[in-house]
Amino acid sequence: MQLNKKKTPINMKAALTIATSALLGTVPTAVNAADEVSNSAKAQQESTWDFDTAFLYYSESDRVSAAEAIIAATKTFENDEVLNLKLTIDALTGASANGATAQPNVQTFTRPSGKGSYQTQANETPLDDTFKDTRVQLNAQWTQPLAENYTGSAGVHISKEYDYLSLGVNGNLAYDFNQKNSTVSLGLSYFQDTFEPEGGIPVAFASMPTAFGDDDVESSNAKADFNTTRRIDSDDKTTADIMIGFTQVINRRMLTQFNYSYSKVDGYLNDPFKILSVVDNKGIAQDYRYENRPDSRVKQSLFAQTKYHFDENIIDVSYRYMWDDWKIDSHTIDSRLRIPLSSNSYIEPHLRFYQQTAADFYQPFLAQENSIPEFASADYRIGEMSAYTVGVKYGMKMSDGNDLSFRLEYYRQDPKDSGHIAPGALAEVDLYESVDAVLFQVSYSF
Amino acid sequence: MVKCSLLSATILLASGCSSLGVQPWERDLLAKDEMALTSSPIDAALDDHIYFSKEASSGGKGFGGGGCGCN
Repeated sequence: MQLNKKKTPINMKAALTIATSALLGTVPTAVNAADEVSNSAKAQQESTWDFDTAFLYYSESDRVSAAEAIIAATKTFENDEVLNLKLTIDALTGASANGATAQPNVQTFTRPSGKGSYQTQANETPLDDTFKDTRVQLNAQWTQPLAENYTGSAGVHISKEYDYLSLGVNGNLAYDFNQKNSTVSLGLSYFQDTFEPEGGIPVAFASMPTAFGDDDVESSNAKADFNTTRRIDSDDKTTADIMIGFTQVINRRMLTQFNYSYSKVDGYLNDPFKILSVVDNKGIAQDYRYENRPDSRVKQSLFAQTKYHFDENIIDVSYRYMWDDWKIDSHTIDSRLRIPLSSNSYIEPHLRFYQQTAADFYQPFLAQENSIPEFASADYRIGEMSAYTVGVKYGMKMSDGNDLSFRLEYYRQDPKDSGHIAPGALAEVDLYESVDAVLFQVSYSF
Repeated sequence: MVKCSLLSATILLASGCSSLGVQPWERDLLAKDEMALTSSPIDAALDDHIYFSKEASSGGKGFGGGGCGCN
């Protein structure tokens, strides 16, 4: 049920409506203010698009920063059919941990492309500063009633970045019963991703080759050496998800949701840019090797959420337990409290806690004295870790009925030692460096 | 056996829940936009993207599939 009054459209909305309609090859029936005001509510609903836009800036201290813009357009047709189109553009830049350990001396690493190298100062966590990408993503989702109490939804997804292509489809069926107080749903989704990293796909556990320069006399030999560490130019992965959901209205103030998800990922699951330090018994790096992860992963999760409407405030609390066959399990608690400040503004504090165990093949480095294992990765993102987010959102309804909001959050990750003994020099450096990030978002709906 | 217990669990859940809920005219609070389970889909999409690329878990509330080369 749409309770808020439809607002007088501004020029931007009219322009975007025409643009969206032109894209779809349809003619907007009524886009000017005069028509809107005079027509019935139903006609308005048929003729207008609602737009949600947002700009997000995310920045880690000394590491990655990202700028992301979203514009989503939603149109509700006669018979409650809903079309949602979404365009996302993001740009990433900055440095990302390459997996090698800090050392008491300066370290030199070959760039993923093989063209040139970069250095890391003593006692600093090695960061690959060539991290740069721009991504464009398009989503389209169609939702409609199929029969009494049945709602179906289907969508497509395409995302393209310089070295990555992702194509996806999804479908969902929901059944309402018990006077629409209960809903069960079944969702399926399938993704096909292709990774074509600069410099190709490294051979698992190949030693990092020396860089080759364009003009160097030795460059042809160095390039030939580099090529022996590459398997192919690109590789694929597929992701199949099944989700079963149950939503229940408890009473006039409260509703809950429970989901079970099963996700199977197959194919190339390595990060081609991540390496491991091979250290001697004094903890000094002797070599760097490309990581190797299993080529399949099965993830499952249980999710529960509840919302409760107090006299004024609304609390939203959710919990997720996830486990997989890499022996990672994680707990996530997310909570928001919406506090109205006046009839047309609110403030919403946000708290999130996250904790994960390490994948069974995670190790912060390889010991030279041991043989190379079947799988190993030093990517801290699959190591033991806890994280939290503290944030606040302020939202207001403008005089023209449009919504404007600002969000500011702080995110901190604390990687942890899951019982790896650090020999010699490694005991003196920070193997589990924390990551701090700040995000700022502006959203506008019209 | 598994099917049987699943079926009975579903029936139990459904019948247990039939005493819960509200009459159509009692949906004033539930019908508010801010009472939707995902009241800010844009925020949720942005958060999913961040946490998908920084942590080993994804999905749960919605699909946690592919979509970017960030992980």
